[in-house]
Amino acid sequence: MGAFIIRRLLSTLLVMGLVGVFIFLLLHLSPGDPAAIIAGDNATPAQIEAIRTSLGLNDPLHVQFGRWAVRVLNGDLGISIFSNVPVATLIGQRVWPTISLAFTTIVLAVALALAAGVLAAWKAGSLADRLVMILSVVGFSVPVFVVGYLLIYVFAITLRWLPVQGYSPLAEGFWPWASHLILPSIALGLAYVALIARITRTAMLDVLAEDYMRTARAKGVATGPMLFKHALKSAGVPIVTVVGIGIALLIGGVVITETVFNLPGIGRLVVDAISKRDYPIIQGVILLFSGVYVIINLLVDLSYTLLDPRIRY
Amino acid sequence: MTVAAAQIARVPNRSGIWYFVRRNPTLVGGLFVLALVALAALMAPLIAGDPILAKPVNRLRPPSQVNWLGTDQLGRDVWARTVYGARISLVVGLSVAAIAMTIGLLIGLLAGFSRTVESVVMRLMDGLMAIPAILLAIAFVSLSKASVSIVVAAIALPEIPRVVRLVRSVVLSVREQPFVEAAVASGTRLPKILRRHILPATMPPLIVQATYVAASAILIEAALSFLGAGTPPEVPTWGNMIASSRVYLGLAPWTIFGPGVALALVVLAVNLVGDGLRDHLDPRIARRM
Repeated sequence: MGAFIIRRLLSTLLVMGLVGVFIFLLLHLSPGDPAAIIAGDNATPAQIEAIRTSLGLNDPLHVQFGRWAVRVLNGDLGISIFSNVPVATLIGQRVWPTISLAFTTIVLAVALALAAGVLAAWKAGSLADRLVMILSVVGFSVPVFVVGYLLIYVFAITLRWLPVQGYSPLAEGFWPWASHLILPSIALGLAYVALIARITRTAMLDVLAEDYMRTARAKGVATGPMLFKHALKSAGVPIVTVVGIGIALLIGGVVITETVFNLPGIGRLVVDAISKRDYPIIQGVILLFSGVYVIINLLVDLSYTLLDPRIRY
Repeated sequence: MTVAAAQIARVPNRSGIWYFVRRNPTLVGGLFVLALVALAALMAPLIAGDPILAKPVNRLRPPSQVNWLGTDQLGRDVWARTVYGARISLVVGLSVAAIAMTIGLLIGLLAGFSRTVESVVMRLMDGLMAIPAILLAIAFVSLSKASVSIVVAAIALPEIPRVVRLVRSVVLSVREQPFVEAAVASGTRLPKILRRHILPATMPPLIVQATYVAASAILIEAALSFLGAGTPPEVPTWGNMIASSRVYLGLAPWTIFGPGVALALVVLAVNLVGDGLRDHLDPRIARRM
């Protein structure tokens, strides 16, 4: 077990290192010479060259990478070209709307998907099962922004039940905070629900066919505990795996959802940076999101032993 | 005699086209929708007016007999732009699937057969997969001037690791099969083994995967255009149509209706084709999913 955790941590470090190399190369390939920007419009080539040397831009690539990696590990993601503010500070200012959105979406989506998947497997072949399956194909096909604008049009513009756009911090009250997150969470979570519900149904179908499920029913375990305590726990490994993989889907969706609903989060930060070609911000955000994704999937791997005691590493 | 004839008559005709349609409703339904959209995209100049021509006098007109889906904020015909937008979506979907499959297949075959290639390549693929696809594509597109080929490359790159993993897993299981061992034992050369024995086994799952890659490519292309990181803004795409009309959502919801429905319908159709192909090519998995 200990050896497995160490091996898994090492491979996680390796993956993050590779992500770092990709992102560093991206920074390196991006157009525009930082030295020329710093030197200003009237600099002579000799002055630019001097700044290049002082910035270390003439060093070999691997030396530059080492220096960059050390800075990143110390939490220095560079400075925004446009606003001259450190990228880490900008991200810190924008982090709460994104965390709020991700949290409400994951909680709502996983709860809904588990319920739908269990129902579909329990009543396999029924109308409810077919409905869940059809909705999961549709939910996977309709893009976040189309669902988003449809929801805004119906619930915010026509019915006026919920605010159209924007964000209200939790500190200013629960309802204003929640009301701004309901529509974005539904739009963002739809594909996630579809993905998890589908896997839950498949995994539950396998478990429900096992002998010990027949035993549980025979000894009189009530339907609810039987489905959710006995069966769902046994079906846990593939479900948790897909919850982890689906985080990638969610991260891509966050960027779009924040744009649709005008939430001032990290996604909006990166979208605004695209039009200004503010590369340090783009790289910092990609690095952050990739790190979150890798860490979540590490936790998923480690959770297998909790879910299925037969799995020993 | 009559009883026998009646029994024969009841045996279903398993080769007829209608039998195929009834057995594969999702596959046929999806293909039908895609064929219609592809036809519309090919014949765009015949069935739709000018998608670029702006008539400010006609701005934000609701759907009418002249403008079937209304006009946008510059007075351009939404129907024409939706039809022309199909071209970009289909081209991107097809080319991304083709590129990702070809490169992924080559790398996957190599990784499945060479341990040194495998250990290096699979780690690289792990690294690529850790970067969320849309962000990687955004970063790639932001490096250069917007063009359709850059967008295709940017979307294909993050899809490659998924294909490599699939191909490698098939290769790993097939190469343990007795017929491959027999071929090795009888002295068949590696390229021939790959071509004759391994390649055919990778095809069914690869074809299914290609449709899912195409669906996700169409979605990501639309997302990139929507975020302003896609094809040049003067080219009508469903993504940039939705982006430019979002301000007028309360005033002129029809400007989003055309591209939104078209996008959802095409992606749904491609996904249905994928599900149908999977059911048809691999009935064992089909029953469980």
